[in-house]
Amino acid sequence: MLASITVTWQNLADAMSLGAIYALMAVGIGLVFGVLRLVNFAYGQLVMAGAFALALAAQWNWPVWAGIVLCFAVVLVLSFAMDLLVFRPLRGHSPAVMLVATFAVAFLLQNIALLWFGALGKIASSVATLNQPWAISGVDIRKISIVSIVVAGLCLVALRLLIERTTVGLHMQAASMDFETARMLGVRANRVITFAVLLSGLLAGVVAVLLTVQNPLVTPDFALRDTIVVLAGVVLGGMNRIVPATIGGFAIGFASGLLGGALPTNQSQYLDSFLFAAVILVLLVRPGGLFTRARAAERV
Amino acid sequence: MRRVLGLQGLLGPVTLVVVAALAGTLVSASNQSYFTDTLVNVSIVTALYVFIGNSGVLSFGHISFVAIGAWTAGVLSVPASEKPATMPDLIHFLRTTTTGNLTSLALAAVAGGVCALVVALPLMRLSGLAAGIATFGVLEITHNVLQYENRIGPGLNTFSSVPETTGLRQAAIGAVLVIAVAWAYGRSRFGRLLRASREDSAAARAVGISVYRQRLIAFGVSGALAGFAGGLEVHMLPVNTESLYLDLTFITLAMLVVGGASSLWGAVVGALAVSALDSYLAVAENGTSLFGWQINLPSGTRELVVGALMAFVLIVRPGGLTGGREFRLPRLRRGPAA
Repeated sequence: MLASITVTWQNLADAMSLGAIYALMAVGIGLVFGVLRLVNFAYGQLVMAGAFALALAAQWNWPVWAGIVLCFAVVLVLSFAMDLLVFRPLRGHSPAVMLVATFAVAFLLQNIALLWFGALGKIASSVATLNQPWAISGVDIRKISIVSIVVAGLCLVALRLLIERTTVGLHMQAASMDFETARMLGVRANRVITFAVLLSGLLAGVVAVLLTVQNPLVTPDFALRDTIVVLAGVVLGGMNRIVPATIGGFAIGFASGLLGGALPTNQSQYLDSFLFAAVILVLLVRPGGLFTRARAAERV
Repeated sequence: MRRVLGLQGLLGPVTLVVVAALAGTLVSASNQSYFTDTLVNVSIVTALYVFIGNSGVLSFGHISFVAIGAWTAGVLSVPASEKPATMPDLIHFLRTTTTGNLTSLALAAVAGGVCALVVALPLMRLSGLAAGIATFGVLEITHNVLQYENRIGPGLNTFSSVPETTGLRQAAIGAVLVIAVAWAYGRSRFGRLLRASREDSAAARAVGISVYRQRLIAFGVSGALAGFAGGLEVHMLPVNTESLYLDLTFITLAMLVVGGASSLWGAVVGALAVSALDSYLAVAENGTSLFGWQINLPSGTRELVVGALMAFVLIVRPGGLTGGREFRLPRLRRGPAA
């Protein structure tokens, strides 16, 4: 089945960059899960909103930096609103109810986009110059691939420092280990949660910028499939902790980028089936390492 | 625990379905399709309820079995003369076999049930979010395979020339049947054991209930009902892989949750209420008048309103409209305990 794989350097670079972007999304989803025990299915719609902001800015002929500022503003405001209107009232409900609720939010945002911009979508071409290839020792590699990897790496390092070295980061760590105890010891719940949600929104903004360069056509279902794949990757890696979640996100992005680019069409059309079959298999073989805390809570 | 699912638990939902069907006979032929569609939705949501409601485990995968049922019934009932033109790559057996309406529906239920059982064998070991993601994987795989496998169906094309036998009557009879099966399952030993495990998994295990086996049975039954509902659907309108995918998953889950996931009454009320709203908005998108006001909503409003409603109900009333209670006539309630 996989006999005719030919991997080129372009392939490898593209797969790495998709992995890097998925890793960022995984962190964004993992941060919120850490403090809220909530799987944010609507994360992709945050990215979609940011992408539409970029597309509008391009349409209005704004300079690139202004478009990016608008993108971040839109995503952050939306994250904040989501926390205030949906996450906060739902705090403490069962994970299933919260997951369905974010499903509803995702559906809602997608249809707002559909009403507003139509199904055909818009082109976000502001930073499209990054889509040009660089020739590195005879191999053409798209600039955006390298930029994505570098930007994602920087974001992850910065995040790591933030979580390890600052008070609010420490609070977040404590909250994701045991929220009740953390609160008793003086961690302010609303502040930590809002901070985590905004941080995750910030990452969604970064992802929106990187993804629109790779794929400038922004439609209402932009990043929807990516979110589903990232969610699967996050579950694979282990949702409770940021590092395994990030690695899971990277791995599934890398695998899907590599196989999607390398397999001939008549096989790559079944890529989704293989990916999700692998996800189900891993979930079955290693359920203990995944969702350990949630399972323990359910069992008692 | 309160006594659930007496005979009233059956009669309440059935009465609602019959009233909806009778109301459907009073409107114009073009609007009648909304009522038919609503009744098929009742079947799908009731099928979802059998597993999700009784077990308390979320499944995003049930639309797979609706799709499998639709594919089974659809492929088998397209007239043999049409098959070479619309589905040239069908395997020999499917190309040469054509069944009648009822047989195709029965086979749709069988296909849905068998597939659900096979999937459930490994999957029912999982619970919580892991189960949610895994069932999502099942949906993705089914969608992906049906999309590209031309040997078992139309692939990316839309089904054509399936006899349109699902009118108001067939949809109503189908919905009543599905409700009756769901009710009987809920009353049975299996339904009770599974609900016990939903209420307190540890206690259920302690008294010797195999949660795995009970979930397996419920998944199989609800898969069969979902397959049957898929058969009804394909006999109602031309479907394709996209119409049996994420949007339908979302809207049916919304109906279940809005109504109240843990009761049959909730499933039926939710399906009827959300479908009614959805249909009304669909009519309003084409222009209608309400109390003399001319209403002309832009297309896309219905999904918007339904999404907002679902989020709202979840936030304000996580138990759903019915609070997860079964239907019961207020008068027949026993007097206060002495």
